[in-house]
Amino acid sequence: MASALTAQSGSAPTGDAASARRPKIALARLRDLALIPPIIIITIIGYFVDSNFLTRASMTDVLGSMAPIAMLVLAESLVLLTGKMDLSLESTFGLAPGIAAWLTLPKGIEHGTDLVPGAWAVPIALVIGALIGAVNGLLIVRLGLNAFILTLGGLIALRGLLTGVSHGQTFFGLTGSQMYLGSATWLGLPTSVWVVLIAFGFGMFALSRLRAGRSLYAIGGNVDAARAAGIHADRTVWIVLILASTLAALAGIMQSGHLASVTSNQGSGAIFQVFAAAVIGGISLNGGKGSLFGAFTGVLLLFLIQKVLTFAGVSGQWFDFLNGLVIVVVLIVQRVVTGRKDD
Amino acid sequence: MTDSATAPETTGGPPPVVEARGVSKRFGATLALDDVSLSVDPGEVHGLVGRNGAGKSTLVSILTGLQSPDSGRVTFSNRPAPSLSDRAAWRSAAACVYQQLSIVPALSVAENLFLNRQADNARPVNWTKLRRKARELLEGWSLDIDVRRPAHELTVEQRQMVEIARSLSTGARFIILDEPTARLDAAAIARLFGRIRLLQSRGVTFLFISHYLHEIFELCQRVTVYRDARQILTAPVAGISHADLVAAMTGEKAAEPVDLRPAAPSASRPILEVAGVTVAGACTGVTFQISPGEIVGLAGGGGSGKFAVADVVVGLLSPDSGKVTIAGKRQKLGSVPRALKAGVGFVPQDRHREGFVPGLTIGENVTMTVPHRLGRYGFLSPRKRSALAWKSIEQLDVVPRNPAQPTDDLSGGNQQKVVMGRALADDPRVLVMMSPTAGVDVKSKLSLMNASVDAARRGAGVLVVTDDLDDLRYCQRVLIMFRGTVVGAVQGSWDDQALVAAMEGVELGHG
Repeated sequence: MASALTAQSGSAPTGDAASARRPKIALARLRDLALIPPIIIITIIGYFVDSNFLTRASMTDVLGSMAPIAMLVLAESLVLLTGKMDLSLESTFGLAPGIAAWLTLPKGIEHGTDLVPGAWAVPIALVIGALIGAVNGLLIVRLGLNAFILTLGGLIALRGLLTGVSHGQTFFGLTGSQMYLGSATWLGLPTSVWVVLIAFGFGMFALSRLRAGRSLYAIGGNVDAARAAGIHADRTVWIVLILASTLAALAGIMQSGHLASVTSNQGSGAIFQVFAAAVIGGISLNGGKGSLFGAFTGVLLLFLIQKVLTFAGVSGQWFDFLNGLVIVVVLIVQRVVTGRKDD
Repeated sequence: MTDSATAPETTGGPPPVVEARGVSKRFGATLALDDVSLSVDPGEVHGLVGRNGAGKSTLVSILTGLQSPDSGRVTFSNRPAPSLSDRAAWRSAAACVYQQLSIVPALSVAENLFLNRQADNARPVNWTKLRRKARELLEGWSLDIDVRRPAHELTVEQRQMVEIARSLSTGARFIILDEPTARLDAAAIARLFGRIRLLQSRGVTFLFISHYLHEIFELCQRVTVYRDARQILTAPVAGISHADLVAAMTGEKAAEPVDLRPAAPSASRPILEVAGVTVAGACTGVTFQISPGEIVGLAGGGGSGKFAVADVVVGLLSPDSGKVTIAGKRQKLGSVPRALKAGVGFVPQDRHREGFVPGLTIGENVTMTVPHRLGRYGFLSPRKRSALAWKSIEQLDVVPRNPAQPTDDLSGGNQQKVVMGRALADDPRVLVMMSPTAGVDVKSKLSLMNASVDAARRGAGVLVVTDDLDDLRYCQRVLIMFRGTVVGAVQGSWDDQALVAAMEGVELGHG
């Protein structure tokens, strides 16, 4: 009976799909690499615009300036994979190093309070990030508030908190540990670039090879199925939100270390670029789809284009227009090329 | 067709795989299960049948540990059921393949099979090994599916297989199939049955839920019938006739001598003609006509395609082929505004989704489809709206009698009256009612159906799409659909049991 059935079951249901099977899998893998051709094209264009574009110094500069935003993209991608979103990351990006500076800097022109020794600045910033994530998680997971509108409120309130604390002025004269991540170099590359590369590398490993990482895809893809499989969906989302805010604080430390100061509008408006990078990199806004490699190519493409524009002598006043245009064009091209309405 | 050799003994054998005794469950005012029992023996395929609302789904959620019974006890092989929070224990005790399949579409078959079990905790996943394990699992149960494909590329049949294989891999040897054939075609059903028999021969026990009685006779050894939250019978399939089963499902109907129907109209040009309407996966070549003043029932069980036909008529669905003619004028299909303009009024299937806007008042909802009656050039007159709303409230006996009342505060029956009021607001020439009395109390039922009789008396053609026998008593003629085609029609006076048998796809003749 068994052998007869095997023959029967092998026939109709899978026969039609067998022919289409291989190309489809190849296509799914290709999606991760979708932005590689445009990145190569932009690099070549950049080289023809100015041969200095392809120098080590110029590439280091691109990587260095994109490191903090790339870290935000990593954080947002994790949240998006679970099917949620966190807009407040851009304010956390400013608030966490801002509060740390406020507590540690001397009184006077640096606008500090000198309450805490400077060595505490980095831990304080990270804890502030984690706290913001924990509160977001509490409200989203426990109270079931809509993540978009709640974190939009968070974005505004946290930005306002930084403005209030700093009286709208800039904390400067950062020293020691606050400067390290943004200004030191390892083996000729900025430390922040190393940290970002390591973070993406570990993130890719975790998302593809660890059960905890895979559970993000299950939760974002079908939360009921995830729960039925024994995944603690609520707890996982909460942890992801805390992790994302902590990473945003870390990104903020990189940024302020790079500039040796914290302005009250550090990160303001960055969330749009972050979302754009993640989405053109293939992260679905509906959750459960995309890879960190794709997200990284997304942010890299955006920064390469900006650099090319700078080299081409395009006035900075046109940057926003061209940046926005690039995002729209990439989305249209992706939709046409993949032929599917995925996001 | 039944395999009596595998039919288990009821006494002296091993303990039942699952046994529910004296189980009751109440949701608010409704008693979903009233002191029911169920006993499934090892290695059998046990059928569970009952009409909508009989309590089958509630029983399934209790047997899979999603809900606990208010009273009574459930045992698995004589061991008491695990606590609700112990998901792992429930997964190995009983698995259910629901109509709403619980797979993650973007993930591969292999990963879906081992969701949250890809690797030991905190150890990296070895994809090669995982895929091999998945392949071995599927091969072990004679299933041929490429484990690398993302699940959203699979057919419904293949997804079911993946879910069954996943249940088996967690150690469950008792599997509940909740209407597994509803979305499959005949060939796929035959393959599914083949696999069920194969698994049965290897010691897997099934509880098989279906609306199609012939499937019960083909596949099951014993059958349990629920009706109105009570257990009516449990018997070996071999010793029961089709007619007995239908009678158990429907119950003895009290004599209803009153004829509720309006006089059949004199022959005239049909007001609604449906010709050869085909919607892929739902219905094929459905053809019928309705005359002015006629009330026609379109009856059929789940998966019969009756709602697809109705959706085509009202413009919610664009058919693959076929035409609809209203009062001699062929309709361009697939647009609700056009259908409304042609004189169609309708009560949609799901009143919460398509029927009314909860935040708006009774008056606003009733007049939503008739802005042209409320004023010109896009302006709405509150006075006219109120007048029109009052008319509906009077006609349908809506409680509370207040056009300014928000609709979401109303009871189900009164909400449905508001939906009906909207359908009637423009004096439709064709009135389509889909499950008009679902979840509605007896008194509201009466005013809703009387309103349809009134509409017919005013010359409308009425199409009642339902599987509710009470609603069908208002019809002069009933068309019966089964798996997408019209398989029969009854006229004048008919036998409810024959009607149900036809809806369930059973030939009563050789029962």
